[in-house]
Amino acid sequence: MKKSYLSKTNWVNFATYGMVIIAFVVMQLMGSAGMLSSTIRGQLVPICAYVVMALSLNLTVGILGELSLGHAGFMSVGAFAGAVAAAALPISSAPLRLGAAMLIGAVLAGLVGVVVGVPVLRLNGDYLAIVTLAFGQIIKSVVENLYIGMDAKGLHASFLENRITFTDGGRMILNGPMGVNGINKISTFTAGFVLTMIVLVVIFNLVNSRAGRAIMALRDNRIAAESVGINVTKYKLMAFVTSAAMAGAAGTLFALGQNTITASKFDFNMSILILVFVVLGGQGKMWGSILAATFLTVLPETPAMRELRDYRMLVYAIVMILVMLVTNSDKLKGLAGRIIPKGKGAADNG
Amino acid sequence: MAEKKQFEKGKMVPVPSHSIIPERDLGTTPILECSHLGIDFGGLTAVNEFNITVGRTEIAGLIGPNGAGKTTVFNLLTKVYHPTRGTILLDGLDTHGKTPAQINRMGIARTFQNIRLFNNLSVEDNVKIGLHNQEKYSMFSGVLRLPKYWKREKAAHERALELLSIFDMQDLADHQAGSLPYGAQRRLEIVRALATNPSLLLLDEPAAGMNPSETAELMENIVKIRDTFQIAIMLIEHDMSLVMGICEGICVLNFGQIIAKGTAEEIQSNPTVIEAYLGKQQ
Ligand SMILES: Nc1ncnc2c1ncn2[C@@H]1O[C@H](COP(=O)(O)OP(=O)(O)OP(=O)(O)O)[C@@H](O)[C@H]1O
Ligand SMILES: [Mg+2]
Repeated sequence: MKKSYLSKTNWVNFATYGMVIIAFVVMQLMGSAGMLSSTIRGQLVPICAYVVMALSLNLTVGILGELSLGHAGFMSVGAFAGAVAAAALPISSAPLRLGAAMLIGAVLAGLVGVVVGVPVLRLNGDYLAIVTLAFGQIIKSVVENLYIGMDAKGLHASFLENRITFTDGGRMILNGPMGVNGINKISTFTAGFVLTMIVLVVIFNLVNSRAGRAIMALRDNRIAAESVGINVTKYKLMAFVTSAAMAGAAGTLFALGQNTITASKFDFNMSILILVFVVLGGQGKMWGSILAATFLTVLPETPAMRELRDYRMLVYAIVMILVMLVTNSDKLKGLAGRIIPKGKGAADNG
Repeated sequence: MAEKKQFEKGKMVPVPSHSIIPERDLGTTPILECSHLGIDFGGLTAVNEFNITVGRTEIAGLIGPNGAGKTTVFNLLTKVYHPTRGTILLDGLDTHGKTPAQINRMGIARTFQNIRLFNNLSVEDNVKIGLHNQEKYSMFSGVLRLPKYWKREKAAHERALELLSIFDMQDLADHQAGSLPYGAQRRLEIVRALATNPSLLLLDEPAAGMNPSETAELMENIVKIRDTFQIAIMLIEHDMSLVMGICEGICVLNFGQIIAKGTAEEIQSNPTVIEAYLGKQQ
């Protein structure tokens, strides 16, 4: 019985935790030894945010098996909710304020996930892809027209700038298309590391539990899952909302590591970028998402690659199409399988 | 395990719905009663006037030529399709408007003609998914690994191995379901269905693709399952040795209509059946 608890899946999970912890420790040591360039140091928080984005999208795409094309929308909700919360919350300790802001970002993104998911996840087919695509655009438009300010009386929100009148000392936090300026950068690499670990623990523990098995059952065969009494809507929603909430926390982490954030940052390209991380890293493989998100965030910043930066999305699109062709064709799969022998079964849990 | 009744293929008695059920089941509510059940797909009437009563511990057979509507009947019983006409009583309760998942929780479990396993998951996980509504704990207990998680997971693990041992499959627990040989996949589907603790088990061509010795073993196991779990089993099968060997009440379907009901002996000597079904095979 003990044997099955230390199965291959668990081994992959522990290796993934180990990889993240080692990467964190190494970067911390190199940082304190002054071995990191300022460019790299500036990338640490965004890398963590992208890693969490990729992990959370992998929950929807790899574990639940639904295609979402608007994951950046949830990041956006988390980013702006978190930025406003961080500016408004009367908490003096920066880490505590960051934690509270992330929690608010996650809860709000999760709620939006419920609103998007409830009507759509009842339907079968590719509706989720279409609706999430539209959702991403809607969120962008909403935030671009949203004004939130604060004065002694508290927060004021409006879709028209001049509707907000402040008492003395009031100021605008979210300024429509100009976004949030002058953010107090309280996100740290340590916070990013902690969030990544929390997200990993939640995903791995979920996958290896009753609820996670129900979610994967829906992915593998919905009709069979229903035939053994699994509530389809409940478990689809559970995975989708968890994924959205994690993206919200990542959004807050990202936003509070920038001077300025605008709604246009979290557009369709961002959603596709995250999807590229997931597809390249391997659907259902969390370690793959972490590696893909890290390297594809760092690589374009290296001097050698800078020239090609403009073609980044083009290259990603081609690579993604190739990956999808390979993974969907049995012939090519067989060929790839012969070149790279892969462990059977391990792919789907860890 | 406590001593369980062994059922002999016993005397069949008629019930008001023009079906027959085993005499031993007379005192209890029939597990399944269908009346005037029917479904149309566009202009095509796939099943019509389907009336049947299945006893609580009966092994019932549903046979008929290809395209007769047998699988469609299973899909109606499990609400994969919603009936155009008629009613289905499960243990005396109307199943109108229920979802497939609710039907399973009410007591019907099934296998599929074209195998539907959770191919990417392990054999053990497939059975554990069948135990979804038996060994319950919340998502939070799972994510936080609260004591309830460990307790229920241990119970699910042990129960899964116990169920797999019916078919001597406990050694395959760590294998990927999709990589199993065909016969083992069929058996795993039965185990997964049993894990949901049904009172009526529907088997859609359980012996398809099996060789004669595998089929003989399957026959014994189906009877063993009925005896140990004290449940009713209804099966669709083209292998006549299996049907005539273990089924008590047999129902013959042709073009969506019941053309005969009776015991194996009655069905084998029924001229309409021979013409429509058995005759065609020779
Ligand atoms: N969803 C559907 N839409 C339209 N027609 C259908 C549908 N499902 C089944 N049918 C039709 O209903 C009839 C009965 O099909 P069914 O699968 O129940 O036959 P069967 O008795 O199980 O045959 P077999 O022995 O080949 O499995 C067939 O003519 C089939 O084409
Ligand atoms: Mg059929």
